Amino acid sequence: MPAEGMTELDREKLSQLIEAHADRPGALLPILQAVQAGFGHVADTFVPVIAERLNLSRAEVHGVLTFYHDFRRQPAGRRVLKLCRAEACQAMGAVDLLAQAEHRLATAMPGTRADGAVTLEPVYCLGLCSVAPAAMLDGRLVGRLDAGRLDALIDEVLA
Amino acid sequence: MTVTVYVPGDAAAVACDADAVARAIEAALAARGEDFVIIRNGSRGLHWLEPLVEVVTDTGRIAYGPVAVEDVADLFACGFLAGADHRLRVGRPEDHPFLAGQTRLTFARCGVIDPASLDAYRAHGGGRGLEKALTMTAADRIETVKNSGLRGLGGAGFPVGVKWETVARTEGPRKYVVCNADEGDSGTFADRMLMEGDPFCLIEGMAICGLTVGATQGYIYVRSEYPHAIAAMARAIEAARAGRWLGADLLSSGLAFDIELRVGAGAYVCGEETALLESIEGRRGQVRAKPPLPAHKGLFGMPTVINNVLSLAAVPFIFAEGPKSFRDFGVGRSRGTMPIQLAGNVKHGGLYETPFGLTLGELILIAGGTASGRPVRAVQVGGPLGAYFPPRLFDTPFDYEAFMAAGGLIGHGGITVFDDSVDMARMARFAFEFCAIESCGKCTPCRIGAVRGVETMDRLIAGDRPAEQRALIADLSETMKFGSLCALGGFTPFPVMSAITHFPEDFGADHPAAAAE
Repeated sequence: MPAEGMTELDREKLSQLIEAHADRPGALLPILQAVQAGFGHVADTFVPVIAERLNLSRAEVHGVLTFYHDFRRQPAGRRVLKLCRAEACQAMGAVDLLAQAEHRLATAMPGTRADGAVTLEPVYCLGLCSVAPAAMLDGRLVGRLDAGRLDALIDEVLA
Repeated sequence: MTVTVYVPGDAAAVACDADAVARAIEAALAARGEDFVIIRNGSRGLHWLEPLVEVVTDTGRIAYGPVAVEDVADLFACGFLAGADHRLRVGRPEDHPFLAGQTRLTFARCGVIDPASLDAYRAHGGGRGLEKALTMTAADRIETVKNSGLRGLGGAGFPVGVKWETVARTEGPRKYVVCNADEGDSGTFADRMLMEGDPFCLIEGMAICGLTVGATQGYIYVRSEYPHAIAAMARAIEAARAGRWLGADLLSSGLAFDIELRVGAGAYVCGEETALLESIEGRRGQVRAKPPLPAHKGLFGMPTVINNVLSLAAVPFIFAEGPKSFRDFGVGRSRGTMPIQLAGNVKHGGLYETPFGLTLGELILIAGGTASGRPVRAVQVGGPLGAYFPPRLFDTPFDYEAFMAAGGLIGHGGITVFDDSVDMARMARFAFEFCAIESCGKCTPCRIGAVRGVETMDRLIAGDRPAEQRALIADLSETMKFGSLCALGGFTPFPVMSAITHFPEDFGADHPAAAAE
């Protein structure tokens, strides 16, 4: 099996994650989601393993992996801060908050801070448009964001 | 007596600290030695009051909000468990003008019941639509939906009954019901609220659809940005299976129908129905050319009904109360109610379900004007692909045809308000940028046009020959509108051209009104 660069443990874990979903119709997305949840990202070395199990070409798996914004091919920072930059949040000052986050984290969006503390990403709507501007820190939702609350979030991330 | 407190578990409430408030209330109740239960209900839709905590008293449920963790001790000290006065006291929620003015058909239970409890759903009238449907012939079920006048509330406005009839008449070894819960439009959150606040209503609507068209498998495709909705739906599907509302023998009818939850992976274009089907099948979310229609050749090549959450969730009411009771609401060819979402720079943001026909200006009044207190300058209706409206068009009534006539669309019913600090050239540039980021890449007008649009807007914003850039953008918009495969490329010209038409002063042009003086 072409899975160079992986430990035996990783190989075992990957195989389990794949097998849990492989028999579902349209299994590729659930598998990629499970692999990312398990490893934090979908490494390029995983692609041929997934392709072989689903009887797909590597190109097909690569194509899906790179199409969707959620999938990562490299590990993210220790925390992930997503700031909404869709229209409703813009109407409440999101553009200034993005600039504030980029400045304080010394990271351009999208990007990961040099010390790996945080990945800063845009998100296009969290469905919190009535309590805008909105953000998501790891899995935690934050609404009614303003400069002070964003500063507090960033303090938490950098602590 | 057991104390019952409701603290919304809706994502908008949680984003405003509802989980911490629930924990603080729980700790206080435990410390007092009360016998209590805390129910995490959905949201009533008065989002500026979230977290809106409700206590069950002898005179009904009394609400307080917005409650912060720091307010909890004070609420207890004032006797809020008995509904006592407090500066945060809202009173009976149903008496609040924002709720009292609504016509809640689809959202009747949202925020009222425990969304995790099938028993609570039944106790509040849930299930009567499905029971009624089981006594009817398939032909009568289709007639019921057609007679209701229900149109697709995802944005396209296609008659739901006609779609169901097409699938019912199409032969296939298997058929599917797919619920589009990929609610990606900024300014919209009704699907999310319904899934979090009344998930059994969606399940019931899908089950009725399944037995009407002869489908045994349903899929709900929810976007990954909605973790709370995903959890609430997954929990409800399990409970529905346990209660035999789903499975091999639905309510002992001998009919089978089950639902699988699928989660998106961050692609706006998957809200387009054929891209969504591709995504469920495990491929890139690329748009399919139509025909064939999904009704003929949809998921896995089989006849498929694909409807939005709100369309399917309107169905239980239509069956329980009869199609006439739905059709009697609304205006012209827009029948029934629309759950309208008030968002952006508004004082009173939230969900407002009302019959079609209110004007845009009336809706902005209901939203209480801007949160910033500055004048309203522009309102985007229908998400990122919807047109921007200036105040002089606020008399446009909220229905499909009137909005089309005014050069816009109602889309999924989102209204995003901007105050006078907005730069419309920036918003037009953003519309192109969003289209470029989210384009599936299949058709050239969208894939390339959006990028060229951003570049052209950048030149215009820099003051480089603005008249020429405006002409280029008008031309490009024509190409995208008529040459794109789906609404992403095809409708991006709506926000762009409406911004240029109604706010020319932001695009380096003299305002026509000013020039005429």
